[in-house]
Amino acid sequence: MKPRHITLSTTPSAHDIAGLRLGDIVYLDGLMYTAREGVYMRALEVKANIPEELPSQSAANFHCSPAAAIREDGTFDMGAVTATASFRFAKWLPEWMAKTGAKLIIGKGGMSSKDYKEYFVPNGAVYLSTVGYGTGALLGRGVEKVEAVHWHEELGLAQAMWVIKCNHMGPFIVASDLEGNCLFERENARISEKITRVYEGTRPAVLKRFGETDDRNDELIG
Amino acid sequence: MISIDLLQKTAETLMDKAAIEIPDDYLAGLQAAAKSEDGELSSFVLSAMLENYEAAKQDRRAMCGDTGTPRWYVKMGNEAQIDGGPVALEAALRRATANRTDGVPLRPNRVHPLWRTDHNNNVGINAPEIEYGFEPAGSWIDLITVHKGGLFGTDYRMLFPSDGIKGIKRFYLDCLVAFGKRGLACQPAIIGIGLGGGKDTCMVLGKRAACLRVVGDRNPDPRIAELEDELKELGNSIGMGAMGFVGKNMVIDTNIEVGFCHTGGMQMSVHAFCLSSRRAVARVYDDGRVEYRTDPNWFTAYQRRETVEWPADTIEASQ
Repeated sequence: MKPRHITLSTTPSAHDIAGLRLGDIVYLDGLMYTAREGVYMRALEVKANIPEELPSQSAANFHCSPAAAIREDGTFDMGAVTATASFRFAKWLPEWMAKTGAKLIIGKGGMSSKDYKEYFVPNGAVYLSTVGYGTGALLGRGVEKVEAVHWHEELGLAQAMWVIKCNHMGPFIVASDLEGNCLFERENARISEKITRVYEGTRPAVLKRFGETDDRNDELIG
Repeated sequence: MISIDLLQKTAETLMDKAAIEIPDDYLAGLQAAAKSEDGELSSFVLSAMLENYEAAKQDRRAMCGDTGTPRWYVKMGNEAQIDGGPVALEAALRRATANRTDGVPLRPNRVHPLWRTDHNNNVGINAPEIEYGFEPAGSWIDLITVHKGGLFGTDYRMLFPSDGIKGIKRFYLDCLVAFGKRGLACQPAIIGIGLGGGKDTCMVLGKRAACLRVVGDRNPDPRIAELEDELKELGNSIGMGAMGFVGKNMVIDTNIEVGFCHTGGMQMSVHAFCLSSRRAVARVYDDGRVEYRTDPNWFTAYQRRETVEWPADTIEASQ
């Protein structure tokens, strides 16, 4: 069965979000902003005012630093767009979502089902993963316009808050739903069932590492 | 004498090529993987990647928004001379890195590890790395740039002779499974393995095995070549594919490089290159010719030499 393809607004309704299923392919229209550790720290720890009206302008937070430059005349040149791994931002996300009303968290690799159940579901939000990784050129084609860039002087171009107008930007994959299910954990479980036979004929290293495990259901994050 | 302006101009072209054009050998490997893939989501991911390479070339935009950490490998024929010397060459490579970060544009990834200072040009303290190699004859310089991703898919372990091949397979699988989950390693990728040396040498060899050898290439030691085949197959039998979804393609190829090590140890490193496998190469001659290619051909017989001397009559064999 081929995945479903869906077009979604970056200010989606509760009904739109409820209709998404794990593994759906999504294309986005509307305003999206990038925010990662630099923006989170500045907004939540330094308490700087967030320079956009959220979530009325955008409820889509992209964990991304674009390959982009600011030209001398103040215009922007945005080439490729690729996400960065999201699990590192779990520390700030509950507060960020409460403050900004973000409904779509977009990034690489997803979060844990624990994160989804604890603060995505109560906020009516889901996680969209980029594809690949990464389809930087395809996503770059979906950038109709760079509306603004904030805090680039304080944070540098990579950590700045880029506000992007998306025109059918994608593909993204739905990686969580409103029950808090996690696409990556579902896939991990399917793979883990058969993995023991692959390890036949290998042996654990004679010198152990502190904290090492033999449980191959484990993963590095979460 | 090789012109410094020509070296900088060539280096700038290489920055663009590495970021925008998927190397042919890796593309063919991924096309074959896409054909064989039957995991529903993995298949979608691979077809999206193939489309992405086309979009990058058509638009002349970077394949991936994460530029990785651009670095340089410089190989010089023994008779090569640079206008301005090696210091001028290093300045030219740093200028090329900065100019094309802004020009393509690429993401300015490089920051100070503690103060997070970003020069917005991928140049800073010890960045970009510039590594050197030499060949016994020739008045050319090979410039190679690699933009490898920076965060996941690489690990090191001190193994011992008693761990043997079984221990090597175990650590290899551990790395692929651990970093493969959720696709953190950006697989399917070229996997490089370093064996032996010291810890630093082991890491360098493994990284070069991933980034400076092409898909389909085999180590000249037939038993190592056999192990490369075996490990490639092992990686693709995990049941995991692109993005950590159910699938059968984790590895496009597995390359192993070795270095003599301490008699009690068997150091091992594993490195995953990525779905964009950004590498570009040019040979610059002293008569002004420039030849672009995608195979770094780094590991020549001379680079892998095993003896004390390098006899003159073997020079030809190294070409």
